[in-house]
Amino acid sequence: MFEGGLYPYWIVIFLMMTGLYVVISRDNLVKKIIGLSIFQVSVIMFYVAMGKVQGGTAPIEAEGFTVYSNPLPHVLMLTAIVVGVATSALALALVVRINEAYGTIEEDEIRELEREEEE
Amino acid sequence: MILEYLARMSDDLPALQIVAPLLAAAICLIIRRARAAWAVAMVVAWGSFASACVLLSRVLAHGTISYAEGGWRPPWGIELRIDLLNALVLLIVTGICAIVLTASPRSLEQEIPREKHPKFYAIYLLCMTGLAGMTITGDAFNIFVFLEISSLSSYALISQGTTRRALTASIQYLVMGTIGGTFLLLGIGLIYMTTGTLNIADMAVRLAEVGPNRTVLVALACVGVGVSIKLAVFPLHIWLPNAYTYAPAIVTAFLAATATKVAYYVLVRFVFSIFGAELAFTNLHLDAVLMPAAIAAMFAGSFVAIFQNNVKRMLAYSSVAQIGYMVLGLSLYSVSGLTGGLVHLFNHALMKSGLFLVMAAVLLRVGSNRIEAFAGLGRRMPLTMAAFVVSGLSLIGVPLTVGFVSKWYLVTGAFESGLWPVAVLILLSSLLAVIYIWRVVEVAYFQQPPEDAPEIREAPPSLLAPIWVLAGATVFFGIFTSLSVGMASAAARMLLGIEL
Repeated sequence: MFEGGLYPYWIVIFLMMTGLYVVISRDNLVKKIIGLSIFQVSVIMFYVAMGKVQGGTAPIEAEGFTVYSNPLPHVLMLTAIVVGVATSALALALVVRINEAYGTIEEDEIRELEREEEE
Repeated sequence: MILEYLARMSDDLPALQIVAPLLAAAICLIIRRARAAWAVAMVVAWGSFASACVLLSRVLAHGTISYAEGGWRPPWGIELRIDLLNALVLLIVTGICAIVLTASPRSLEQEIPREKHPKFYAIYLLCMTGLAGMTITGDAFNIFVFLEISSLSSYALISQGTTRRALTASIQYLVMGTIGGTFLLLGIGLIYMTTGTLNIADMAVRLAEVGPNRTVLVALACVGVGVSIKLAVFPLHIWLPNAYTYAPAIVTAFLAATATKVAYYVLVRFVFSIFGAELAFTNLHLDAVLMPAAIAAMFAGSFVAIFQNNVKRMLAYSSVAQIGYMVLGLSLYSVSGLTGGLVHLFNHALMKSGLFLVMAAVLLRVGSNRIEAFAGLGRRMPLTMAAFVVSGLSLIGVPLTVGFVSKWYLVTGAFESGLWPVAVLILLSSLLAVIYIWRVVEVAYFQQPPEDAPEIREAPPSLLAPIWVLAGATVFFGIFTSLSVGMASAAARMLLGIEL
């Protein structure tokens, strides 16, 4: 953890809330997906910050180094990044299909079209 | 030589539960022939079910199985850990996967173009990989990874529905599901910060030493929110009705019986095995959040179901209510309550997959799941509708069906905890189920079909057989309760730390 206090975690919380707000408040599906990505990235940064040790190096044995960062959370995040990329890719593919089917990617307009369909 | 090889193979059964469907998914993509891909998927699905049976019998005979993946010993390596609880969940998940897959070709031909079938089976197997992995893994981060594997494939499966609304249903589920998954990841990170381990058994030991501090409570809250979204606990259920309604009939039968069940298992695992019931119920008062949500789900789900004109959508709302019963069982914090919740997991998987397969059969023959389409079906598709009635009675909780068994334990649990109003509410909400099931039965048996209606035949045997296996199972396990109830109550005792 950084000696300078908890500021990495404040950044994480700020990013997280930004992402969540964008997901909730935007009607444009692409913007929603961007918000979702920001939300996921905040948790990735949380893990990276967690494993960092002040003054620590990469955990490779070498003379003159005694402090190492914890590599495990960093490695876990490689998997989480892959998950994030897969999610964004699938979501964008769905948006392309939605655009073909509805002719719009604005959620309120889609909802309008669906309501007309039901009547 | 061969025997020796087989014996060695059988030690690797836990890993094969994950590896076999994963490899088979790739094979399905390569062969590109609908029939052949289905055959491969069938072999793997039934093989997984058979090995789940073997694993269950081994757990019953010798106790918990621990499998070190790649030979790395836990807690350093990733462990697959199978005890009474997840052996039961694995059995039901692989069983439903296999049965629904058996029913799928005829129904899929109607909804998905034939050249896409191999891809469909590949994604289906990937989803199965994720669900089986979540169930048997003994590593918390692994739960997240498998959750995302199963979620991503289920978004893809849902989007295959015939109407364009399947696409919006899928993206709505994707957005909510990803938020849920990320919250789970955050919760796991917070536990890792406190304990320095990802192994579930190891976490439990160290969290008990640490005791309740704020990080641990926030971790539990994050995990709770994340899993509740995937489980569709009442206010977080809004993705479910659309996803179930617009997905292809086979996908709905599959997901309704497996995805939410595994999410329930994960919640139980985190609350009871990792954090410990003491911390969850005394320090965080989880029951104060979950119980009102569960009761609201029981009533809101059933109430909205009554007013649906699409029977498939009605069953989706009924699922929201049934999830409420399961969560209620967890929040009662007693052996009977938790037994009720776990038995209902088992039972609801049987009834809902049966009912959604009936929807598949009706869609195949009549071409619609709207309530008008059911007119006179009692006479025109007698076997299919009889299965609907049997499973429907079970949903209501009529004696001699499984639904009665789980409600019995839930009501007993409520009385044991001194919460008799909750017991009354369980019975009252069951009456709502009578209404929505009766609406369909009335139309099917007492209304004449319109005169210009085309001639309709009984569903094909390939669909009828799986439907009746599931309907038969709801009656069988309603009478011979020793397997489901015996296992569930032993698992509940284990989770609550009470000696057998």
